[in-house]
Amino acid sequence: MKRAAASIDLAELPDYLFGVGSIGYWGGIAFMLIEGMGFVLAIGAYFYLLPYEHEWPPGGVAPPPLFWATASLLVALLSEIPNVLTARAAKRQAKAATQLWIAWTSVFGFVLIVLRGFEFHAFNVRWDHNAYGSINWALLVMHHADLITDLYDTLVLAVMVFVKPVDGRKFSDVNDNAVFWHFIVVTWVIVYVMVYWVPRWL
Amino acid sequence: MSARDADLEKLLARTWADKPGLVGWLTTTDHKRVGRRYLVTAILFFALAGALALVMRTQLAVPNNTLVGPDHYNQIFSLHGSAMMFLFAVPVMTAMGVYLVPLMIGARAISFPRLNAFGYWIYLFGGLTIFIAFALDAGPEAGWTAYVPLSSSDFSAGHRTDIWSQMVNFTEVAALCVAAEVVASFMVTRAPGMRLDRIPLFVWAQLVTAFMMMFAMPSVMLASQALQSDRQFGTHFFNPGEGGDPLLWQHLFWFFGHPEVYIIFIPGLGMISSIVQTFSRRPIFGRTAMVLAMVAIGFLSFGLWVHHMFATGLPPLGNSFYTAASMLIAIPTGVQIFCWIATLWLGRPRFATPLLFVLGFFALFVIGGLSGVMLASVPLDTQVHDTYFVVAHLHYVLIGGAVFPLLGGFYYWFPKFTGKMLSERAGKVNFWLLFIGVNLTFFPMHWLGLAGMPRRIYTYPAGLGWEWANMAATIGSYIVAVAVLLFVGNVLMSLLRGKAAGDNPWDAPDLEWATSSPPPPWNFTEVPVVEDATPLWADEPIETLRGLRGDKREMLLTSIAEARPTARWGCPDPSIWPFFSALALTLQFVWTIFNPWGWVWASIPMAIAMTIWFWPKKSEPSSD
Repeated sequence: MKRAAASIDLAELPDYLFGVGSIGYWGGIAFMLIEGMGFVLAIGAYFYLLPYEHEWPPGGVAPPPLFWATASLLVALLSEIPNVLTARAAKRQAKAATQLWIAWTSVFGFVLIVLRGFEFHAFNVRWDHNAYGSINWALLVMHHADLITDLYDTLVLAVMVFVKPVDGRKFSDVNDNAVFWHFIVVTWVIVYVMVYWVPRWL
Repeated sequence: MSARDADLEKLLARTWADKPGLVGWLTTTDHKRVGRRYLVTAILFFALAGALALVMRTQLAVPNNTLVGPDHYNQIFSLHGSAMMFLFAVPVMTAMGVYLVPLMIGARAISFPRLNAFGYWIYLFGGLTIFIAFALDAGPEAGWTAYVPLSSSDFSAGHRTDIWSQMVNFTEVAALCVAAEVVASFMVTRAPGMRLDRIPLFVWAQLVTAFMMMFAMPSVMLASQALQSDRQFGTHFFNPGEGGDPLLWQHLFWFFGHPEVYIIFIPGLGMISSIVQTFSRRPIFGRTAMVLAMVAIGFLSFGLWVHHMFATGLPPLGNSFYTAASMLIAIPTGVQIFCWIATLWLGRPRFATPLLFVLGFFALFVIGGLSGVMLASVPLDTQVHDTYFVVAHLHYVLIGGAVFPLLGGFYYWFPKFTGKMLSERAGKVNFWLLFIGVNLTFFPMHWLGLAGMPRRIYTYPAGLGWEWANMAATIGSYIVAVAVLLFVGNVLMSLLRGKAAGDNPWDAPDLEWATSSPPPPWNFTEVPVVEDATPLWADEPIETLRGLRGDKREMLLTSIAEARPTARWGCPDPSIWPFFSALALTLQFVWTIFNPWGWVWASIPMAIAMTIWFWPKKSEPSSD
């Protein structure tokens, strides 16, 4: 800053920002770091427990069935289309498009929750069967909790953009939420590989 | 003050006022009120945990004592350690950050004011839960480290360990709230011109601590959830019979537990830098090196956890690696100490009470560091593992590294918190009593450990030669108690009739001293512009910027590196919903101790409370 402070009038500044300059963005980063670290550690625990068994999954059990989980992966990846379009609409501050795409993102979220029901039902080892079952269910439940949280957050934001006046700051919130949705999708790809493919490869 | 400024202050006073009475008390989001509350609560928990320590020392003063039985003793030492670590040491350090960071960076508020209030309530409720449980004979019993299988349902039946495990969740949620607030505040709410090279070292320390909390605390939360799940759902994370491993607990716990020591210690480093700078009356020597040293300590502290596990039979290569890493961290710590010495050497030191506590820190921390280097050596560690040598080491490090800087910081910033000076005379007596008491309590414990006295035993037979050292330690602990009482007395007397402090009683250089003592709810009437790392020592007076609204709670956002003004940001109004959300989360945590369905049912009030919390109100910017 030059010594010309008197010439600067802060009243001319905008009252919202998108991305790295905004407070909400850093809150989201913090949340993702914390949750992401939880996944890193749980995956660490997975590989810590793995060498204790001669085979993985232990006890001659087949690897977990792929169908519902893979369907869930595809839906999660497809949900990025409305999610990215939501973020773009929010950045353009286009209210109608934001409403449309956030509603679609919510629909995809609902479908994911339903698929989870089938996926959990089809999972072939219980959490109390052995440590393999415990750590796999831990990964699934952790991701599920994040999914429910973000779906709920998305729904509340969706209702807000329909029923409340939407200004730049609200658009910025919608954009931040879209970043968190990326996190849900990316972590699902990782958890999916860990739970469903590592037992097939190792 | 010009008439224009007076009008602006009147307007700001209306805008930033809390509601009167109990409603205002429950709804406030002022980081200073929340920060003060955090401090007082943490000190109360410190006093309670200290009282437990006195009971232990009284029990151990003589052999074959029957004052406390083994079951009660287990609960007492477990709660002492848990409360000191989870309810005092971390929260008191974050409390200082909550109060001071926004002031030191020239912001009107903390980044997430409602989250801040929520975090405090969660912390309070978590602390109350475990102390109430203790009063009902359901205190933790497996040590603050809760090693399995001791903490498994086979050896810890009932709900004692479940309550401990939920207390961990309460306190970590609270601490992580502060971590997010500090990171966001640091990144985008600094005063214009406060470039990265002009940020006070205390604020850097809080940033490093915040990141460390985000990387370390998920580990203990994961561990405590896995423990609870083993106990409640029959999972097998730690059960070797079904492919689990008790050592997994130790890895997860110490991946948190070792950085935790630095989470407590690094804010202390920041306080020392502030105090040394002010009382040497010159800018800190080697600022950049100091920042880099703190960051280095932050990174290295994640590579040391296994040195707590040398006695578990690790491969020799692993042992050597963690020995080397443990010794490596002495380098950035040494850089800090030499920079402080250089600052004092080159300055004109004034030996007021805050600086005395810093000098006390040097002495105690060096002793604790030396025994730390000894413990980092595997052969020695295996000999003294789980003995009083370790108890001596950890208390020297934690009291020397955290409590002494904290008390120094408290004497230093008390005038800012309250507008009153603490008595210097009482402060000096306080320092010497504490210094003598701590050394008398803990130095003989080195000898006790070498003589083979295990930690966590409720009594010992006569004739082992441990009597004199135990008696000395007990006498020392009572001297510490007197010192703490003197400190509390000094605070109360100063609040009643202390000398008025004025804005900047120490002639200190940082921004928190540029506003009144105590600061108004909006911190700064006009936005200060920073052109120097020690702005109040600059030749020219601080310039200010105008243009933030007075009729709304507005703060300034600035860019990350250069701190150029980027936006005005509407802060949320006070709200009761963080309090209700905290109540709902408390319901969930307590419910799940007894019944896992609490996770499902209690999430409904939680979701409702948080939705109302985030729902935009008419007065807030989004509804303009």
